[in-house]
Amino acid sequence: MKAKVYVTLKSGVLDPQGQAVGRTLGKLGYEGVKGVRIGKFVEIELEVDDPKLAEEQVTKMCDELIANTVMENYRVEID
Amino acid sequence: MIQHGPKVDAALASEHGLAADEYEKLCDGLGRDPSYTELGVVSVMWSEHCSYKSSRIHLKTLPSDGPQVIEGPGENAGVVDIGDGQAVVFKMESHNHPSFLEPYQGAATGVGGICRDVFTMGARPIAIADCLRFGNTEHERTSYLLHGVVAGVGDYGNCFGVPNVTGDVVFDDSYNGNILVNAFCLGLAKSDRIFRGYASGVGNPILYVGAKTGRDGIHGATMASAEFAEGSDEKRPAVQVGDPFMEKLLLEACLELMEEDVLVGIQDMGAAGLTSCSVEMAARAGSGVELHLENVPMREEGMTPYELMLSESQERMLMVVTKGKEQKALDIFAKWDLDAAVVGEVTESGKVIVKMHKEVYADLPATLLAEGLKYDRPRKRPDYLDEVAYLTLDSVADPTNLGQTLLEMLAAPNICDKSWVFEQYDHMVRHGTVVRPGQASSGVVRVFEPESGRSKGVAIAAGCNSRHVYLAPYEGSRLAVASAYADLVAVGATPLATTDCLNFGNPEKPGIMWQFAESIRGIGDACRLLETPIVSGNVSLYNETDGEAIKPTPMIGMVGLLDDIDQVVTAGFKEAGHRIAVVGTLAGGLGGSEYLKHCHGIEEGAPVAFDMAKHSKVFAAMLEMTKAKILSSAEDVSDGGLLCCISECCLGGEALGANISLPVLEGRLDELCFGEGPARFLVSYTDENAASVARMASGCGVGLLEIGCVGGRELRVSVGGELRLDEPIDALARAFHYTFERIS
Amino acid sequence: MAHHFGVIRFPGSNCDDDALHIVDTVLADRGSTGEFLWHKETSLGQVDALVVPGGFSYGDYLRAGAMAAHAPIMEAVIAFAKSGGPVVGICNGFQILCEAGLLEGALTRNESLRFICKDIFCRIEGRPTPFSKSLPAGRHVGMPIAHAEGCYRHPDVERLEGESQVIFRYCDAEGGVTAEANPNGSINNIAGICNAAGNVVGLMPHPERACETVLGAGGVAGLALFESVLETLSSGATR
Repeated sequence: MKAKVYVTLKSGVLDPQGQAVGRTLGKLGYEGVKGVRIGKFVEIELEVDDPKLAEEQVTKMCDELIANTVMENYRVEID
Repeated sequence: MIQHGPKVDAALASEHGLAADEYEKLCDGLGRDPSYTELGVVSVMWSEHCSYKSSRIHLKTLPSDGPQVIEGPGENAGVVDIGDGQAVVFKMESHNHPSFLEPYQGAATGVGGICRDVFTMGARPIAIADCLRFGNTEHERTSYLLHGVVAGVGDYGNCFGVPNVTGDVVFDDSYNGNILVNAFCLGLAKSDRIFRGYASGVGNPILYVGAKTGRDGIHGATMASAEFAEGSDEKRPAVQVGDPFMEKLLLEACLELMEEDVLVGIQDMGAAGLTSCSVEMAARAGSGVELHLENVPMREEGMTPYELMLSESQERMLMVVTKGKEQKALDIFAKWDLDAAVVGEVTESGKVIVKMHKEVYADLPATLLAEGLKYDRPRKRPDYLDEVAYLTLDSVADPTNLGQTLLEMLAAPNICDKSWVFEQYDHMVRHGTVVRPGQASSGVVRVFEPESGRSKGVAIAAGCNSRHVYLAPYEGSRLAVASAYADLVAVGATPLATTDCLNFGNPEKPGIMWQFAESIRGIGDACRLLETPIVSGNVSLYNETDGEAIKPTPMIGMVGLLDDIDQVVTAGFKEAGHRIAVVGTLAGGLGGSEYLKHCHGIEEGAPVAFDMAKHSKVFAAMLEMTKAKILSSAEDVSDGGLLCCISECCLGGEALGANISLPVLEGRLDELCFGEGPARFLVSYTDENAASVARMASGCGVGLLEIGCVGGRELRVSVGGELRLDEPIDALARAFHYTFERIS
Repeated sequence: MAHHFGVIRFPGSNCDDDALHIVDTVLADRGSTGEFLWHKETSLGQVDALVVPGGFSYGDYLRAGAMAAHAPIMEAVIAFAKSGGPVVGICNGFQILCEAGLLEGALTRNESLRFICKDIFCRIEGRPTPFSKSLPAGRHVGMPIAHAEGCYRHPDVERLEGESQVIFRYCDAEGGVTAEANPNGSINNIAGICNAAGNVVGLMPHPERACETVLGAGGVAGLALFESVLETLSSGATR
């Protein structure tokens, strides 16, 4: 199975990178960009077949390693 | 009575960390109950972190005067004259608790904060140093914390563009649950263009500049003053995120503004953000401030006055500008794409008045907040000192295979090569780094004299042997000062002044408070004797986890001056045939040594004491020799003793061997080879300079013992004519270099 | 003959002072002068050569050099380069020139995933450029590196090599091009390249940090790079 993990900054946590990109988009003439926040996308290939088990495993991986839960949220999708 | 937010009572005050008597003092001072916003403001101002309530009575005993001192403690950083109309501005500060919770951001924002403290005073930062303490290398969190902290320190300083020139990394069990991240920054300023945190001139506008305010680290300052307990993982506040790019813009904009005649006062919004900034600026100037919070640039919607006052968002400055000249300032900030806004004005009320949309949320006397609290906490000599006082070496066998023992020592985490760490720091940016990390125990940066372009050097030493302080709080602290002094002398710099960063456990425990008081007494005595006054500093208390305190760690940062950059000396041997000698006493002692700890697991005994009468002569001799430019290399013999020092000098340059012949001593072989003691230097010089070196040593009344010469591809050591060690340089290099790859 | 360098200053440039120090002070007795050019300008004024210095333009956010490549001044830089003017991009400057399309390839994160600051050696190769003329091909020199994103990538590196556009290659102290001597995982140990016309050069090592014996690096190999430009300009070989 394949798991897709979207890691995003928790709301309220400063995203200097997103801010800098937002400002540059403005300078390039893209008006109306209200905000930019940048996250990570992670694909994980798993040997298990049970979607529930897969989600459990990946959730554990996220808590332990993939996301920094002090400042990041994550969302797991299983295909 | 101000009616906003939750009802304030003693219970809510207690949740904010105010003790019952502290809350009472607040109500008495106000003559009424505080509002919710006021409680927030007072709780951070009266926290240990901001008020220094446990440490103040001790800190004021430290020497802070001298002809070289332009600005002592109390400002954002200390300022010291280096001649030619130039001054250096420096300070060291801790970011221990945030770095334990989120090592990367915690360390990064620590570097950011100390750099802001320096450039708010009108100085361009030209060097960073960092002192890091981690738990045992085998502890489960050490590797994670090490990676995070080093990357955080590096990424921030690298992007900000200031070289990281020296520092140290030490591992010890006592830091398992409470690491230390102490960052030092030094800047260069014109001595008549120093800016201070004064809100003066009634009617002058108060400008907010830099990053927008979010809900970052609200109550970070109070968090930093409460010890960790199991389960604190759950109550993590929003972490402050550093933006070194923003800080770089802020730096350039502020320095540009300081060239104009616009700025009255300026202060960085560090811990406790807008609160401590506005309160301290008003209190220093004896004025008042009125803030209009609706004008503060905000990153998030619906922020309350409480949140705006307490936010610890990074990379923000508060400044007071001359009325009518605010446009000039705003233009400069626009040039650098920085948000800026007028958020208030200076008043004569003596009060800090916080308004939002014309409503009053706080109305507090500035002096009540800034003077804060002052405690003389009970002190008692801790019992453990009796247990560790006496060293018995009966069970410790003298090494039979000296080569093997040396290799073990060179691989010890606290001795081994730290290039894994400092190669992650840009230590060369700004074309000034003359002595890099790893080349000597001090870093040296070049400074151009503005008129003639002559090159001077500013040297920085930073560190602390906390085992010495643990075993003997007073003497160990004196040794920490003497050791920084020796590090500077070894590169040819005349020490000028000191900053300290005092990391201790919970001051409410009499044993910890005793350690603290004794340590301050030691630092003060040593700085008085050596004429290196303390010009700035920081205190970090409550460094404990589940009741286990760290070893007392009063980190010392000392700054020295080289009048002529060409007199600089590094540690590494330069050429085969040079003579090697020890200046000062040959033998050290084993009490509190790295050797006893690393090879035998013993942390006992008293370290060899600092003796001003005797050791100041050694320093004087070293300075005379470096000024005369007759030394090819010089290194202070410290952790690991003579043999580790010789090995480091072999490996420090072109990887040269050495033939060493030590006299027979009455005592133990390990004491001769690995013993430690203050004011001992290993130097090398050419045959031609040998007579001058000898003359200067005897002129100063200092021992000089030639112990061998540089050459070959091996380190050979004989004792009393008997060959006791013969190791290829490559083997020493392997032991010295590869430990870190394993740890990390 | 006097020659004037422009040193472009982006928000976040931090080796700009270092570069100006070399062209305006260290080489002043060779007739060299220099000035900063602000990123919001649209014209370069009277310059004979351009330095795009190192640093962290726009914090290196998104991709190193990505946002600087769109700064207002870049149109003028591109025009200057197209007309044959000598342009060197150092470290972040190299990244910016790649993002701006003046140089081929891309620079990605170091293989170790860590920032690396240390002395390295690199061999001078390829065709003569205004920046490498006085450094004979085949010689190797010491210079420092300091970067987190210096791993060079190119989709058709054989062509780049075939056209002799590789100018600097990481090597060991003896000049050997080995895997151990490659500090960041760059393909074929590539440390610096030039464009097809040869007038635009980018390199990750910092020549401006290897110009004065008093500095910790000790070497002065980097000076030859700037001297090359002065010689080239004096001979009137460009433009």
